Amino acid sequence: MAEFIAYLIAGIATGAIYALAAIGFTLVWQTSQTINFAQGEFVMLPAVLILLAVKLFGLPLWAGGVLGIAAFLLIFGAGFKLVVVDPMIKHGVLPLAIATMALSIVMKEGAKDGFSAEAQSFPSLVPTDMVNLLGASISLQHLAIIVVAFAAIGLLQWFVGGTRLGRQMQATAQNPTVARILGIPVERMVLLTFLLNAALAVVASLLISPIYLAKFSNGETIGLFAFIAAIVGGFNQVRGALVGGILIGVADSLAAAYISTQYRLAVPLVLLVAIILVKPEGLMGRKEERRV
Amino acid sequence: MSAPAVQSSATQRRPARRIDAALIGLILGAVILWFAPVGMGRYGTYVLSLWLVMSIGVMGLNLTLGYAGQTSLAQAAFMGLGAYTTAILTTKYGVSWYAAFALSGLLTFAVGLLLGFPALRVRTHYLAFVTLAFSTLIWLVLRNEQWLTGGVFGISNINRPDFLGIKLFGALEFHRFVVVVTLILSLKLWWLVRSPWGRAFTALRENPVRAASLGIDTRAYTLLAFAIGSAYGGFAGALYAPLVEFIDPSPFSLSQSLFLLLMVVAGGAGYLFGPFVGALLGVVLPEWLRFAGSLYLILFAAIVLALLVICPQGVSGLIERGWNALRRKTGGAR
Repeated sequence: MAEFIAYLIAGIATGAIYALAAIGFTLVWQTSQTINFAQGEFVMLPAVLILLAVKLFGLPLWAGGVLGIAAFLLIFGAGFKLVVVDPMIKHGVLPLAIATMALSIVMKEGAKDGFSAEAQSFPSLVPTDMVNLLGASISLQHLAIIVVAFAAIGLLQWFVGGTRLGRQMQATAQNPTVARILGIPVERMVLLTFLLNAALAVVASLLISPIYLAKFSNGETIGLFAFIAAIVGGFNQVRGALVGGILIGVADSLAAAYISTQYRLAVPLVLLVAIILVKPEGLMGRKEERRV
Repeated sequence: MSAPAVQSSATQRRPARRIDAALIGLILGAVILWFAPVGMGRYGTYVLSLWLVMSIGVMGLNLTLGYAGQTSLAQAAFMGLGAYTTAILTTKYGVSWYAAFALSGLLTFAVGLLLGFPALRVRTHYLAFVTLAFSTLIWLVLRNEQWLTGGVFGISNINRPDFLGIKLFGALEFHRFVVVVTLILSLKLWWLVRSPWGRAFTALRENPVRAASLGIDTRAYTLLAFAIGSAYGGFAGALYAPLVEFIDPSPFSLSQSLFLLLMVVAGGAGYLFGPFVGALLGVVLPEWLRFAGSLYLILFAAIVLALLVICPQGVSGLIERGWNALRRKTGGAR
């Protein structure tokens, strides 16, 4: 039992990180029909950029952090939208999706050649001690991840639902034409969504890198799990991405512990196929009407 | 709605003449490639053969993406399935290569149906996610099931087949064999795309809603296009194994699947010769640009990214554009 609780907490912690990536993914999908196949690389890169800034300029960690995060938000928040998405979206959803795949290769190989092919340790922001909880020893780091991730998601929910700016953003996602008629600066709202996505990726990166180390290939698994989380939870819901992320994280953690470490990746896959067969709109999703 | 305008309308305006030119082009290309490697040395011949083998895989993906408008992120995994099936059957069970080749195609076709069926029930981009997950799974199996696949050490000493009693051990002989197989497979695809089936595929891509209203069972056709495309991946793998004579999991990873997809786009999705151009850029060019090393992959991806922004029809589209512009000019002069 004690063991089970430990695995459960670890699963919720990684699941919360997948949820952050999945939420960014659905936000971008809702406002601009961009299926970002580079989402995993978006989570991989901030940690790499921070370490790179520290290495290149000999900065202290906090300054490298500020520089790395600022560069990431600028390039992969605003730059991604202006340089890749804007000129591509008029060609349709598919070419844009393929463009993001090309981007993911550029990011991954760039991190490999420009930084390091080896995994680099990334400093943890909280102590890595273990605490005792209900007889189970739980890593403080996992608890901190859960707290920070949920705080970030709560903040996001408050922003989207509780502020004027956030509601304008939501209106843009739901119906850009009507939003424009109501005088909402649609373009600026879409840009804001991309910045939010990048910011969520930064938070996820800072949380996951101390555990999984900063490595160029990390994005593959994170991206895969974020996509599965988004689909399992429901493609058109922020809440769904949260539920999907936690579910995938827990399933993965328990599968690794009780089924097979080698095939832990297979369990989320089975979950994905099951959801597509039984409830394709996702656990929390609404059915989307098809219009001619 | 999500139907991409991957291809211009130029092909539809004069279909009959273009396609005859395509047939002549295929046969002429095969003749040239038959004699091309004379005096090129073993390695040069090998690169040419590798180009053709990859072209077959890209061809299949082109059917899925360029004609049926679906994204498959598992073409390298299908190639792996074909390569391992052929390698295991020929080395461990002494099955002839021809039977193994056919079985590889059948197996990948069946797996394609199995994967496509649930995914295509829903919406277009779901196939991308299902194949993404599938390619991760295949990679895990190839790496972990040591008793079957040899794990990270792979399978070595894969024999090259005979042809009517002629041994194909030499690089040149095997290259010519690859040329013939590639020609047969491309002719088959050429015929398929021209047939009513192929027309239905194109209709799907251009406007799925209208295609459905014309009585085309869009789901069945999309599924079929994906399964046939996957089978071509299996065929490519079945040729890849005896060509390289050694296989391990690394060339069948997810990044390789993405790379194959970029080759389709670079060459021109929906063009018959697109896959050959794409594989030329993706396979042969990096051999010449050896000094670039792994930077080549970044360069290639960046070029595709730029190409997608400027001309989503890829290099074939660029050539067609240039050709049309040239014709207009000479037509005006006359």
